[in-house]
Amino acid sequence: MVCQECQQRPAALHFTKVVNGEKTEVHLCEVCAQDKGDAFLASDASAFSFNNLLAGLLNITPVVQQPNQSQHSDKETIRCKECELTFPQFLKIGKFGCPSCYESFREELPPILKRLHSGNAIHQGKLPEREGGSIHVKRKISELRTELKELVKEEEFEKAAGVRDHIRSLEKDIDQQGGDQP
Amino acid sequence: MTLEKFLTKAVTSWMNEEGPYSEIVLSSRIRLARNSKHHSFPTVFTEKEAADVSQKVKDSMQKAGESLELLEMKELQELQKRVLVEKHLISPNLAEDSASSAVWLSDEEDISIMVNEEDHLRIQCLYPGLQLKEGLRKANELDDAIEEHFDYAFDEQLGYLTTCPTNVGTGLRASVMMHLPGLMMTNQMNRIIPAIGQFGLVARGIYGEGSEALGNIFQISNQTTLGKSEEDIVEDLLRVVHQIIAQEKAAREALVQTSGVQLEDRVLRSYGVLRYSRIIESIEAAKCLSDVRLGIDLGYIKDVPRTILNELMILTQPGFLQQYAGGFLRPFERDLRRASLIRERLEMDDSQLKGGTDL
Repeated sequence: MVCQECQQRPAALHFTKVVNGEKTEVHLCEVCAQDKGDAFLASDASAFSFNNLLAGLLNITPVVQQPNQSQHSDKETIRCKECELTFPQFLKIGKFGCPSCYESFREELPPILKRLHSGNAIHQGKLPEREGGSIHVKRKISELRTELKELVKEEEFEKAAGVRDHIRSLEKDIDQQGGDQP
Repeated sequence: MTLEKFLTKAVTSWMNEEGPYSEIVLSSRIRLARNSKHHSFPTVFTEKEAADVSQKVKDSMQKAGESLELLEMKELQELQKRVLVEKHLISPNLAEDSASSAVWLSDEEDISIMVNEEDHLRIQCLYPGLQLKEGLRKANELDDAIEEHFDYAFDEQLGYLTTCPTNVGTGLRASVMMHLPGLMMTNQMNRIIPAIGQFGLVARGIYGEGSEALGNIFQISNQTTLGKSEEDIVEDLLRVVHQIIAQEKAAREALVQTSGVQLEDRVLRSYGVLRYSRIIESIEAAKCLSDVRLGIDLGYIKDVPRTILNELMILTQPGFLQQYAGGFLRPFERDLRRASLIRERLEMDDSQLKGGTDL
């Protein structure tokens, strides 16, 4: 069977979705699944047997992304340093074992998260008051940096100097707090 | 127990109160997923860890001074758990993994915090009508109060860390339950459901198995949790919900204009079935309740309160019927009970409307 998107490569992902009794079949090759899979899959994914589907969805990513064999075998051995869940196990069950898994699998996660969250891999929402710690300040600093660039571009040097001082004082605060950020 | 007494205990605020846009939006729900940074996720955690999380939550709740009541799953009977599931206060998963799982409930049952479900904490606010922003505000308050004494798993890049990668980031699931008979009768849902997907949202029928939407009730919710702020997620959902409301209203108007008599006939037939039948299956009950509710919205039926659909959709579920009956019922017995409960409930309105009070 030929991929319905590119009409060239053989279809490798066969997917049937049923929405309100209406059945749609989707046949994609690996490349198109990588590019356009979200549009076909993500929106309906959680409506049914989610875990199996998710595991399948996650699994195609590494293979297509990195055909390089040696890297692939490295991946087999990545293991969470806390709960000892391996990366392949994570792919299989579609769930993490503990918060440290995110750290241990950090390199591998962006393509998976992008696939699940319409191309996004960076949190933009709420920060917890305590755990958020210096992140609040860091966000503020990055906002100010953008502002600073704008001001310099517009040659508003006096205002720019003010913003620069503000950034410095915030950076100092972070240094003094020290602690949780490496 | 009389039905009236049972109802005052069984019916929660989102079921019998009206909210904004409640002619189409039955309820709004906000859910935040949170985890402890010191414990494994419920996927792999040990009994000891589970008990520890449970205790830590208890401590934080006491320190936060929230007046919620704790129900531990291991203390509840199967039927009690089932009723909580049917009221949407806990998930079927929580009811199953009983060891150290629990739920904290507010008196009005508009707040429920599940402990050791898929995540350590699931903070949920459920309001009648379209009140997503109010729900988000309340959920944030609770979240902040708990966080003062509970160490959340949080990552600068990835946000709140959750068991399933589909919830990471905000951990927010915002959803609305909508009654859409007009769009169903005019065959428009098949077009709308895929369109909603383009906005990172998902629509699914609730009640009923697989793909059918029993009682024309759909749940619309956000699918992505990473990369957008909580406010934007809610805003985007609201925008789509308002469009669906407009389309549902247009569909109802068109139906009244083109086939008013047929519609009125259908509504009143269904009303007749609910008022007089002696045996009714859940599928038929759901269909008739949807028709009657539409009839109330359109003014074909006047003496029945609008909240009848919310209320009876839940009260006629197997768990509730059995709780009302006080024990296990076989399917046929349920159909008998269901019919008599619906009849009684409708008669209750007759007497109450004459007395001038509402439930």
